[in-house]
Amino acid sequence: MEQQQPTEQFSFDFQTETPHIVRQSRDEIRLQMGEFAGPLDLLLYLIKQEQANIFDIPIARITDEYLKYIRLMKNLDISLAADFLVMAATLIEIKSKMLLPREISDVPEEEIEDPRQELVDRLLEHQTYKNASQMLWTRSTVEQAVFTRGRIESDENNAEVNSTVFDLLKVFQKILAQHKEEVLLEIEREEMSLAEMLKKLKQTIFLHKQINLRELLREMHTRQEIVLAFIAVLELVRTGSVNLLQEAIFGDIVLMKSK
Amino acid sequence: MDLETEKQPRSVGEIVAIVEALVFVADEPISIKLLAEILQEDREVIEAAVEQLKNEYQYRESGLTLREIAGGWQISTRAEFHEEIRKFLKTRPNAKLSLAALETLAVIAYKQPVTVPEILDIRGVQSASAIKTLLDKRLIAAKGRKETVGRPMQYGTSKEFLMQFGLKDLSELPSIEDFEDLACSI
Repeated sequence: MEQQQPTEQFSFDFQTETPHIVRQSRDEIRLQMGEFAGPLDLLLYLIKQEQANIFDIPIARITDEYLKYIRLMKNLDISLAADFLVMAATLIEIKSKMLLPREISDVPEEEIEDPRQELVDRLLEHQTYKNASQMLWTRSTVEQAVFTRGRIESDENNAEVNSTVFDLLKVFQKILAQHKEEVLLEIEREEMSLAEMLKKLKQTIFLHKQINLRELLREMHTRQEIVLAFIAVLELVRTGSVNLLQEAIFGDIVLMKSK
Repeated sequence: MDLETEKQPRSVGEIVAIVEALVFVADEPISIKLLAEILQEDREVIEAAVEQLKNEYQYRESGLTLREIAGGWQISTRAEFHEEIRKFLKTRPNAKLSLAALETLAVIAYKQPVTVPEILDIRGVQSASAIKTLLDKRLIAAKGRKETVGRPMQYGTSKEFLMQFGLKDLSELPSIEDFEDLACSI
């Protein structure tokens, strides 16, 4: 939680300030946030909360509320889409335009375009499609209660005829995934036990008298082999069958057969 | 004269019965045109037969109903019996589309063919994942590229969309102006 910064214009501390949008718990806020798919959604919500008329948005008040919300989202570590910030900038721009004194001109007042016009148009269009999506939701709910007969086998409904490029891609991905698994299996077959590794290591040391540890590990093919080899080395050191030699700090470690 | 191939005029009842059988076996809604081709009857005759069949189902309060959907006719169960049917099939309703996906679908349905930037303009948010969901569910399909800078892909709704939302065709969607009026009244 950030410290309260009273000088900053849109600072917000939800312990002390409680705008009506914010309710009891963090979880609830989080849930409410989830519903705002985008900045237009949030704006529409705020306008409803303020019971403002969409054709006469009290831009200063709504901008403050909007910025409070953004601040709140940041405090709650909800990652903010850039779209939300763009909208914040738009709101501040409109707010400042409305504060500027109008130039005295011959144009009648009705013909001067309101700085809010474009935003209102966008909000209305957005709300229109939100309404339409509600209609779709209702339709699909009704439709899910309706059942048709199951498929009858025929040449026409065989999957080969009906598949699209996307289906092919999906199958291809599946095959690739299976292929990966096969490779994994092959490696497992080559798996070595610690006893085998110990035996192999002992033989090598017996033959060469000494081995460079770095080179030994480099010869291992899998992560598991490297781990096994390392454990085997530790075991040989513990039982005193080999000695370790390091000639310089950070230099290579050499395994030597103990006398 | 070959008696086998001589075409006997069918009775209305017979035509209705054959139409019923064909609609029953069809995997997808079957069109009047296709029915007329198979029965070798006039379009009007088939339309009348379909109408009669539909009324018959209604009249005897059947558990089945004949309805027009996605440009064809289909026999389906009546929505009232979904609980019993689900109990038998042991299925639950499919996962609903998310709000974001539904909104994106609404924009595509009314604005088609429409490009991704155009969808972004209306929704005010990136819609890439919603579009992917809709493509995966085959509710929308790519409809060629727009001849403009970057030649963006255009999307439109599919036949599957009509089926899943119980629509005869796109013209059955309520007019977008109705929703505009609703929007203004908030």
